Amino acid sequence: MSKIENLASKLAERFKDKITDSVVALDELTIEVQPADLREVCLALRDEDDFSFEHLIDVCGVDYLEYGKSDWQTEAATSTGFSRGVEKDRGESDVKWGKGRFASVYHLLSMTHNHRIRVRTFPVGEPPRIDSVVDIWPSANWFERESFDLFGILYDGHPDLRRILTDYGFTGHPFRKDFPLIGEVEMRYDATLQRCVYEPVSIQDRTLVPKVIRDDSRYESIEEGQK
Amino acid sequence: MSEIKNYTVNFGPQHPAAHGVLRLILELEGEVITHSDPHIGLLHRATEKLAESKPFNQSIGYMDRLDYVSMMCNEHGYVMAIEKLLGIEAPIRAQYIRTMFDEITRILNHLLWLGAHALDIGAMTVLLYCFREREDLFDCYEAVSGARMHASYYRPGGVYRDLPHEMPKYKPSRWHSEKEVKKMNANREGSFLDFIEDFVNRFPGLIDEYETLLTDNRIWKQRTVDIGIVSPEMALSHGMTGPMLRGSGIAWDLRKKQPYAAYDKVDFDIPVGKNGDCYDRYLVRVNEMRQSTRIIKQCIDWLRNNNGPVILDDYKIAPPKREQMKFGMESMIHHFKLFTEGYCTPPGEAYAAVEHPKGEFGVYLVSDGANKPYRMKIRAASFAHLAAMNEMLKGHMIADLAAILSSIDVVFGEIDR
Repeated sequence: MSKIENLASKLAERFKDKITDSVVALDELTIEVQPADLREVCLALRDEDDFSFEHLIDVCGVDYLEYGKSDWQTEAATSTGFSRGVEKDRGESDVKWGKGRFASVYHLLSMTHNHRIRVRTFPVGEPPRIDSVVDIWPSANWFERESFDLFGILYDGHPDLRRILTDYGFTGHPFRKDFPLIGEVEMRYDATLQRCVYEPVSIQDRTLVPKVIRDDSRYESIEEGQK
Repeated sequence: MSEIKNYTVNFGPQHPAAHGVLRLILELEGEVITHSDPHIGLLHRATEKLAESKPFNQSIGYMDRLDYVSMMCNEHGYVMAIEKLLGIEAPIRAQYIRTMFDEITRILNHLLWLGAHALDIGAMTVLLYCFREREDLFDCYEAVSGARMHASYYRPGGVYRDLPHEMPKYKPSRWHSEKEVKKMNANREGSFLDFIEDFVNRFPGLIDEYETLLTDNRIWKQRTVDIGIVSPEMALSHGMTGPMLRGSGIAWDLRKKQPYAAYDKVDFDIPVGKNGDCYDRYLVRVNEMRQSTRIIKQCIDWLRNNNGPVILDDYKIAPPKREQMKFGMESMIHHFKLFTEGYCTPPGEAYAAVEHPKGEFGVYLVSDGANKPYRMKIRAASFAHLAAMNEMLKGHMIADLAAILSSIDVVFGEIDR
């Protein structure tokens, strides 16, 4: 049994039904926990000798709104032939996302045991809420601020949840999938008003390379390994 | 007597010691800093969102522009994540080339850091020396990729091309006579490997030069010893990696602990500090440059004796040779598909981390099986370091701010992304 599977079985034994999903793929271990159990699991992961994840590497927000949706039809023949015009959510694919829209993903590292783990949890509601882990790992402070700024995930108990990367007075959460790539406002200096003014964007969104999902038989072995 | 109040000072974003566009709101009590609040994001370009709208290969160029003083290390993290998703591995020669260029990049980064750090503290000369050597290393970049900084040299499955047999040379001009140019070109007559070997033979002596200027310098020590102390516990809890962590005495280096590329085949040491102050971080970085020189030497030896492919022979991922394309329809189609649509990865997620000159640089990729990443997250080392800025600054004089800030080695391209 490899080191990572060993860790996975130890986790399963320790947390039992607190872990809703546990996957070992590409030499990485991912566990999923309920939002309510997050802090308890994190504390145990940090403090218990079997795990001792003293290092929080990263907190990352993910928006699964368009997961598995592509711009082109690639497989089934149609009566009109294949159109090469880009339309959102046109392609069919087997990849479906059945879990929550937002995820908060924690990458942990243990220097004592030299192993890593990925913890994923799905904040619920709108705005999505989840407990903060700042008091467990102080390094979560800015990572959670970033995730709040870009995805609008609220971290309950965070001491200072302000925007961090976007402009002062910015509205919206730019990394959500329904936020346009070109943004919503543009800024210029107005010489007559002698100040910067914000206006709705004047450019159009263009897709240079459409998103396609293709089945590739060469990957079947890899995917099998992931299951 | 009138009451003395604390006052708030705005440091940056336009300040020569702010290393780009950092804005610090400082609360001062006299000259002592009681609180600092870094405002970042002035260089935010949404690299991660842009990457979601492009095929995998088209984002390699963005990686150069993250931490724009250690370009190839960023690329390495990104291509490693893609390779992990695809389940491929680069040929051994490419691994050695990557190792060598990672170390060249580390020297590039540390030289810029050393020059700028010294300049911030008030030692002007070091910058000039450091930039002299950086010039040679940029020439190495240019020789393999055609670009001096933003190389896009690493590709999923290997590197773009093999090392060249000749170096670019200076040409006579109004300012440099033929005789002068001949002297300048003296070490450029041989192959690329000859040039870089000449550099690594010279370089330890040059590091001695910098050290003569700084290491035992009384003023340098007064400005850096016991300034900005990071305890090992604080380094761990604040997610510090790289020289910030090693300066505090924790011997953690991904090149040793979780080896990638050819790092398990080369011999080197991890320099470690004791006190975790600015001076120790300086010593750690200077010693890392010496270790990098050692690694490069071993890579040169291996690369001289072992030829082979530098990129995978899989046309679904790497383009076929141009010559082949002229004669084969199939190669032509592969080329067309690769450059118009790219390749699809299997659905899944991968996190790949490299020991970047500044710390752990990680790329987290989520893929839904498309030709573009579904989500890419870049874990920048200095982001975590800068977040601990307030703790490090508290109680220090305002003059120490420049020393502490530059000892973190911040580059805003990667913090703001």
